[in-house]
Amino acid sequence: MAPAPSRLDLLQGTLDLLILRALRAGAMHGWAVSERIQQISEDVLQVNQGSLYPALHRLEHRAWIKAEWGISELGRRARFYSLTAAGRKQLEIESANWGKLSEAIARVLRMA
Amino acid sequence: MWKDLLLRLCALFFRRQMDEELKEELQFHLEMQERKNRGRDLDPAKAKRQARLQFGSLVSAAEECREERGISFVEILVKDARFALRMLRKSPGFTAVAVVTLVVAIGANAVVFGVLNGLVLRPLNVPEAESLYGTEYGVDTGFQSYPNYLDLRDRNRSFVDLAAFNFAFVGLDTGKDPSRASGFATSGNYFDVLRIQPYLGRFFHSTDEHGPNSTPYLVLSYAYWHSRFQDDRGVVGRTVQLNKHPFTIVGVAPPGFRGTLLFVSADFFMPIVNQEQVNGEKLLEARGNTHGIFETFGHLKPGVTPAQAVADVKAVGAYLEKTYPKEFGQKSFSLGHVGLTSFDHAVRAFMAGLMLLAGLILLAACANLGSLFAARAADRSREVALRLALGSSPMRILRQLLTEAVLISLAGGAAGLLGSVALLRRLSIWQPFPGAPIHVPVEPDARVYGVALVLALVSGFLFGIVPVRQVLRTDPYQIIKSGSMGAVGRRITVRDLLLAVQIAICAVLVTSSMVAVRGLVRSLHGNFGFEPRKAMLVSTNLTTAGYSADKVPTMQKRLIAAMETIPGAERVGLVNDYPPLVYGAGSRASVFKEETRDLRPSNVAAMPYRYDISPEYFDAAGTALLAGRDFTWYDDKNAPAVAIVNQEFAGKIFGSEANAVGRYYRMQDGARVQVVGVVENGKYLSVTEEQQPAMFLPFLQSPSSQAYLVVRSTRNPQQLVAAIRSQLRELDAGLPADIDTWNNLLDVVLFPSRVATVSLGVLGAMGAMLSITGIFGMAAYSVSKRLKELGIRMALGAQRKEVLQAALGRAFKLLAFGSAAGLLLGILAGRVLALIVYQATPRDPLVLAGVVVAMLLLGLLATWIPAQRALSINPMILLREE
Repeated sequence: MAPAPSRLDLLQGTLDLLILRALRAGAMHGWAVSERIQQISEDVLQVNQGSLYPALHRLEHRAWIKAEWGISELGRRARFYSLTAAGRKQLEIESANWGKLSEAIARVLRMA
Repeated sequence: MWKDLLLRLCALFFRRQMDEELKEELQFHLEMQERKNRGRDLDPAKAKRQARLQFGSLVSAAEECREERGISFVEILVKDARFALRMLRKSPGFTAVAVVTLVVAIGANAVVFGVLNGLVLRPLNVPEAESLYGTEYGVDTGFQSYPNYLDLRDRNRSFVDLAAFNFAFVGLDTGKDPSRASGFATSGNYFDVLRIQPYLGRFFHSTDEHGPNSTPYLVLSYAYWHSRFQDDRGVVGRTVQLNKHPFTIVGVAPPGFRGTLLFVSADFFMPIVNQEQVNGEKLLEARGNTHGIFETFGHLKPGVTPAQAVADVKAVGAYLEKTYPKEFGQKSFSLGHVGLTSFDHAVRAFMAGLMLLAGLILLAACANLGSLFAARAADRSREVALRLALGSSPMRILRQLLTEAVLISLAGGAAGLLGSVALLRRLSIWQPFPGAPIHVPVEPDARVYGVALVLALVSGFLFGIVPVRQVLRTDPYQIIKSGSMGAVGRRITVRDLLLAVQIAICAVLVTSSMVAVRGLVRSLHGNFGFEPRKAMLVSTNLTTAGYSADKVPTMQKRLIAAMETIPGAERVGLVNDYPPLVYGAGSRASVFKEETRDLRPSNVAAMPYRYDISPEYFDAAGTALLAGRDFTWYDDKNAPAVAIVNQEFAGKIFGSEANAVGRYYRMQDGARVQVVGVVENGKYLSVTEEQQPAMFLPFLQSPSSQAYLVVRSTRNPQQLVAAIRSQLRELDAGLPADIDTWNNLLDVVLFPSRVATVSLGVLGAMGAMLSITGIFGMAAYSVSKRLKELGIRMALGAQRKEVLQAALGRAFKLLAFGSAAGLLLGILAGRVLALIVYQATPRDPLVLAGVVVAMLLLGLLATWIPAQRALSINPMILLREE
């Protein structure tokens, strides 16, 4: 699957939103994030695992999420991500934007 | 912003750790995925493989993570720096030449800027110095009268408050050892205007002033308290004698404060209302005098611009001129920088000139390094081509080259700064004249460091950017194919242009230093109008020993008589205040033609320097009397007013020297004065002044307690010192006196021209050095590039002359072209130079010839080694090599 650049952009922005949304439930490691996104979307959305980590690091760099080393449910050392206050705010903004966007697209499609 | 930077820095230093963690994180993900896959009944190996496939490229994901963290920039920088260091270590000669060039250039700029900073930008060590302005009165000195100051203080609308000070040279007696001290007599509000706090005790204030001689208080400077009172904290409240008058020490000034005059450090501060006790003159009421106040200054009110303030003080000046037409001279007020008024413009012009030349040095150095870097880039074209061919981006290579340049410039800048800081520190504790409280406060500060750093970075980019075009044009295919021999271009390259520019700049520098040296030589061998050799000057102030009024001339007569008895003392004369060319001190008076009745400022015929002298002063000073007679002891207060004038005065007032004797002119107060003699012209305030009129009056007609005895001896005047001292002691053991040769005191006046000459000379030498390295670099490079070609020429039978011409002809052509351009520019810059150096004229044939010869010699010197190398080529060995 060779993604076209425009689709990649869309996915990137969307991926950030999905990660933030997934982390609202609490701190979790990267793999859990991808699993959770799949779960919630009932396997409709497949997270590209190769771009998951760069996205996580990008969000951390923007201080929307923070990372800490902890012990996973299986007793292994793992990096746990959690939302920061700024991240929560960003999530609200992006959710609202996304809502508007999808509504608009849906309306356009209905009209056509 | 800061957090980001911190993260980047952490990213840089903990890179390894972060890489490990990233690896661990991704590994964890894979394991989890693998577990999940195994749950779907896959066998372990297949589960693992599947997990890897699902993830995609681990390496590129890790790389992307690093990118996202934004560490790449710093990382690349560090990599570039490491690589650059390796490359530089590989060519130590190149590195050394480049660094040394920069040390010299940036060091010179840092020193000049340090001086500029100390003298012009950061003149005084007081709070809010930037809104502090001094008022200048007239054109050449800040001197004015105390009543004028009071009017200026009360009538101006621009200053928060206006303070004033004058010099006070006193004998200070603590009860044990009377000695001379120099300080300021200040207005009561002096310290309040400056907004400084005492280190010890208290300051005096305007509320302490209650009329003349009402405030016998004394504030010591920190340095004087330290040296004379050994940091004794109990000195506050103690009484000391100033010229035999008791003064109470009330406080000590803070350590950094040395008074409000840049080059002079004050020992003490006393209230100006008590000035009469130390100067012996009633200066507080006389409006017409010009030595009651040295300088006035104050903070401008918030919102008042300097231009508005100038208009304001000029308005006060106009009022004074209208109200006191007789006493108020034809002068106007303006503003200057505190501590620098009266030589503000000279210092500024000089520093600006120097900064310009230092800038040229840096520019020449950059041109020099630019061509070196271009040559280096050409040598490395193979390497660059290879890297380009392997997929490196041109930007990345440029960055690498720039990093190299900036590294060199930082190293050179740091070393240059270190050197200049050491030099500036030396300068600021330097006392050029042991007898005088003169110093040059140029302690380097953060601003100097900042400027040096910026200069280093800018010059690094400047010369690093020279080879850019060359690199960007590189075609890897062509270069790798044709090998390192690349075509030797015949057209004019950037390198040639840079070299020509550099030689031109250096020629300007060499020209200016030659002009400066010539100017100084001329001014030193000019005619001063007196003979400073074999003359001793004895400075006495009879007020310091308690003499007053009528006792002064009687005592001075006895002093002269006593000096005449010394064996070896040929002639003895006396001059009130200061002799010509001593401490740049002198006073002018307005004179009118005899027929002038209306003595208003606009009718002034001349403003000659005024000297009050004893009979035989001219003999003692070695000044030739051209016509008429000398003064006699009968020219006293009972005799008619007479004067001896110099040639300039005679020509200006009477039309010619021959006409002058026997004629009359008028003084400011209207008194008629008869000219009885004419003496030769001379220098009075500085050796660089235009010819000025001067008049000499009999000292008995206007006595002053401050005077210099001039003792002309037949022997080495130093041998007279002991005899002079013992004679003085015999007359009055309590009379302090300074004894020195006239020549030594001339040093003070010659100091500025000497400093100017030395600085210009040093800059010229630097310019010469840079042109040597520049030409050498270029010639050596072109010889090394063309070794093979030269070898073939020699093998085919070329003569030495032809080889040299082929190898160095171009360097010489550039040298000739650059020198000619530089010489032309130097001549054009003559106006600038004339501001700095006395009698500077670059049209002087000697200077022109000197510059041409110097540049030729420099060229020969610089091409000598490359020429030897070209001549020693053995064609056989060379051709076999390839």
